[in-house]
Formats: sequence, structure tokens, C-alpha cells
Amino acid sequence: MDSATLIQTLLNSVVTASIYALVAVGLAMAFGVMKMANFAHGEFFMVGSYTVYVLYQLGGFNFWVAVALSMPIVALLGVATERLIFRPTGKNILAGFMATVGLGFVLQVAVGRIWGVGMMKRIDTPYMGAAEIGDAFVGWQRLIVIPCAIAMLIALRYFLYNMKLGKALRACAQEPEAAALMGINIRTMTMLAMALAGASAGLAGALMAPIHAVTPYMGHGIVLIAFVVVIVGGTASIGGAVLAAVILGFIHTFVTTLTDSLVGTMVGVGFMAITLVIRPQGLLGREKP
Amino acid sequence: MTELHRKYRGWVPVIVILAILCIIPFHMRAYHVEIAIIYFMSVILAASYRLVTTTGDWGFAHIIMQGVGAYATALLAKHAGIPFIVMVPLAGFVTALVGAIIMVPMLRTKGFAFFIASFAFGEFIRMLWMKVKHPFGGTGGITGIPSPELFGLKLASSVNYYFASMAVMVIAVFIIWRLDRSRIGNAWKAIHTDDSLAECMGINVARYRTLAFVIGSFFAGTAGALLAYRMGSVDPHNFEITQMIYLVIWVVIGGAATFWGPLIGVTLLTVAFEWSRSMLEWRPMLFGGLLILSLIFMPGGIESLLPGLRRPPGEHYARFRKWLTTVKPG
Repeated sequence: MDSATLIQTLLNSVVTASIYALVAVGLAMAFGVMKMANFAHGEFFMVGSYTVYVLYQLGGFNFWVAVALSMPIVALLGVATERLIFRPTGKNILAGFMATVGLGFVLQVAVGRIWGVGMMKRIDTPYMGAAEIGDAFVGWQRLIVIPCAIAMLIALRYFLYNMKLGKALRACAQEPEAAALMGINIRTMTMLAMALAGASAGLAGALMAPIHAVTPYMGHGIVLIAFVVVIVGGTASIGGAVLAAVILGFIHTFVTTLTDSLVGTMVGVGFMAITLVIRPQGLLGREKP
Repeated sequence: MTELHRKYRGWVPVIVILAILCIIPFHMRAYHVEIAIIYFMSVILAASYRLVTTTGDWGFAHIIMQGVGAYATALLAKHAGIPFIVMVPLAGFVTALVGAIIMVPMLRTKGFAFFIASFAFGEFIRMLWMKVKHPFGGTGGITGIPSPELFGLKLASSVNYYFASMAVMVIAVFIIWRLDRSRIGNAWKAIHTDDSLAECMGINVARYRTLAFVIGSFFAGTAGALLAYRMGSVDPHNFEITQMIYLVIWVVIGGAATFWGPLIGVTLLTVAFEWSRSMLEWRPMLFGGLLILSLIFMPGGIESLLPGLRRPPGEHYARFRKWLTTVKPG
């Protein structure tokens, strides 16, 4: 691997890691607060991508307007999921999870019926050309993912640790009953967690739309990676999810550059297997699962 | 009612169903016989998947385990010429071995994490088939599996294969049913109810969970052997996650609490599946919607509705009386 390829791969790793982090953080948060495991999270990502496809490619809106709108749209989807699926299934984690498996099917068919299956959707890259860093060329479209993802993660962190609402959300994650006794409305917090999970997945999907192959079935691959990241980082640990996203992003990108993406995913899963054997609670997980 | 009568009364519907299954292939169109063969494989899958879930381990790799059996059959029957009657249990043993290996890391997880870990390991195996050209044939899979024979009888004919797969299905379901009612089955259910309590009662939780997964994988492997022989080829797309979701839908909608729930689920949903053939594109949405609705409004599955029918008539009357008092004003 020469220096140009090395720089290129390093930058691509950062891009991959930031997308993994965005997708997995939402999943870890929803799971941490109300034990809502959302299998349709990959489909949320897909809806984010389709928002950009519809608004930017078909509707002629500005790319950034489409990206910004994808967040509230998918957040709304998250809130609807909480109201219609997680609340009725209640404390039964597995039932809620299975129901979102069904939701994934429903969303796939809905999107596939409206905009067609078949070929992947072509989305023009709003930022043509590539940045020359050292001897390496990296497309601008990839590079802009990094600041967006980091900004979103910092905003989330600020929200969770410095704002009252965010602190309430974390209190719910630690001890829901005590939080309720302190006057925190758990239902509001649950809805908020799902909205944030949806918004971050939607943003990731929107940013990746011009790079990733946009099809109704793109969610399956994403949800597998997202869950592997959450398991490696430790379920319900947001910091762990980010750490695992960075590690797995680098592993995946480097192995993909050396061989191909199939092997990249396989090595990621192998890494998860080793983590499970050595440290079953995940990298930053506290208690034994 | 004599003692003998009471003891064997439960067998009457089973014998009637088996008798019907023996007669109908001669009166069905060839297409429907093929559907019935697929249905028998589905029954094995549903019953064995339910066996794994009795410990509380809702895995997501059962279809992949079927694939392991199918690939084992494709390779061994094609290259080593192993006959059908040996190959079906052998495919089961190979799958059980693979299941035992992937269960080592998966044992460290439980509940939701188990689900994801098994999903990931299943995908790992599937990617291995897609990636490795030799001997798995890459994305194209393996073709040219020899047509099976049983005691000199050609199984290429639909009706002959119907009876062969029905025999495998009956044996598999019988063994799973016996296991479910045995001491081992009770140990599995004890683990599901409370694993620390089960551990205190002297049940080796890790060993019994592994046993459940390995036995479940064994039967999934035999179903895979049946599939590989019937298709004459295997490829990685036969074992995609969509198939696994349908398996979960059968078991959940049927109801996983008792042995018969998944069998009811797979039977009714196979019929529904055939009915919905005209609206192929809408089918995942239809079944996904059914899954959501049944989890919200009927968490115990279809099977949970049936005990109400089996109550003694007097109780129905009492319920009716009670209902009347709530209807009457004042």
C-alpha cells in the first residue's frame, strides 16, 4: 500500500466510521432508554436516503434542504413507531422487536411500490470533483460526511450531558422508576429517544444517498452493521457505540481496500465474535448482559 | 370411557391427518404436490425453530442452518455419491456440528444480544458461501445434485418425493414432540422462565442451551437436505434474511408457547401465502402487517385462542351468564 492509497483509505475509514457512529448511536440510545430494539433502523436509513432522492433529485430542492428535511421526516417515523408499535407491545422487548421486523417489510414494500424496485436510484452528486490531499484524491461528496456527522454527534453529546432534557433522558436510561418519581415523563422521554434515533439514522441515510446504492432493500446491510456496532460497543452504551463504530469502520475500510467488501463485513463479524468471547458485555458496557 | 380410550384419544386427529395426507397427493395437481413438499420442509423448520426458542434463545440463523444442511447435501451427494437415506441424517449431523461451533461465542449472549449475534454469524456463513468459489460455488451456488433414489424407487417423481419428505417430516416432528415433553424439554423451559433459578436447581444452563441449538440445527439440516435434493441445486439466495423473517412470522403468529402453535401457524400461513400469489409485490407488506397486528392484539398467537374452545361447556355457559349481567343495565 503506497502513501496515496494509505491516505485515501484512512480518510475513507473516517467517513465510514462517522456513518456507522451516526446509525449506531440512535440504535444504542433507543435501546438504552426504553429497551426498544428497532430492527427497522436500517429502513429508517433507507427512508432518509429516499428523502434526498425525492426532494433533491426529483423535486429539485437544494441538497442541504433535502438533508435537513430528512431529519424531521425520519424522526416523525420514529415517533410513529414508538406510538404504534413499542407502546402497545409494552414491556415485552422481544415482541416489540419482532414487530419492527414486520415494520421493515412494510416500509420496504411501501417505498418499492411508490418509486419502483429494480435499478438503484441515480442521485447526482452535488459536489463534483475531489480534494487533493498529499498524493491522494478523495471525493468532496465523501469528505462533507465527516464534519456533518461530527457536528451531529457533538450536538447529541451536548444535548445529553448539558441540557436538562438530555439529562432527563439519561436518567430514564439508568433507572426509569426513580426518574418517574422525580417527575420525568417517561413516555415523553421514550418518544424523544425514538425521535433522536430516527433523526440520526435519517441524517446518515441522507448524507450517504449520493454515495451509497439507493434501493428499497439497502436497510438489511445497514441494520446488520449497526447491530454489530452496538453489540461490540456494549448495548445501551452510547460512548461504546461511537468507539466500536470507529474501530469497525477502520477495520471494514482497510479490509475492503485490500480485498473486497464481503470480506470486510466478514472480518467485522469475526471481530464481534472475539469481543463476545473475551468481553461479553461489550467494550464499554458496564454490567454483564 | 375406558382407560385405553382416554390414553389414545389424542392420537385420533393425528391419525386422521396422516391418513388424509396419504390420500391427497393422488388427487392433486403436480403444482400443489410441489407446494406440499415445500410445506413439509417448512413444518420441520417451524417445529425445530420452536424447539430452539423454548430456552428463550430467539435465534436468527435457522434458515442459514437449513442452508448448511443443503450445502452439505449438495457437496456430499454430488462428489461422494452418498445415498438419500444416509444423506438426510448426515446433513443433520453436519449442521449440528456447525451449530455447536457457532454456539461457542453465542453462548456468551442472551435475549436480544443472542438474536443479533446469531443474525451476524448466520450472515457470516452466508457470505462465506458467496465468497468461496471452491467448493461452495460462489454466488452461483452448486448445481447438478444427483436425483435421489430410495430402495430402488426414483424420487424424481413428485408423488414419490412427497412420501419421502412426509416420512422425514413425521419422524422429525415426532422426535421434537417427544423431546418437548421429556425431562430435557422441561429443563429448556425452566431456563426460559428463570435461568438463575434453573442453574440453582442443578441444570447446566450453558450445556442445555447448546443442546437445544444443536438439536434444532440438526432438524434444520435435514430440511435443508430435502430442499437441496428437490431443487437439484443450492445457492446463497435461497437462504436470505427474508426467508428467516417468514419463519419467524409462522412461529410468532402460530404461537410459540405450545408445540402445536408453530404447526398451526405454518399451515395457515402457507395457505395464505399461496392465496396471495396474485399480489406478489405486496406480499411482504401483507405478512409484515399481519406480524405487527398479531403481536399487538394476539401476543400468544393463534394457538392462544384455541384453549377457549376446549373449555368444558359449563364454563362457556358461566361466561355467557357473566357477559349477560354486564350487558343488562342496572
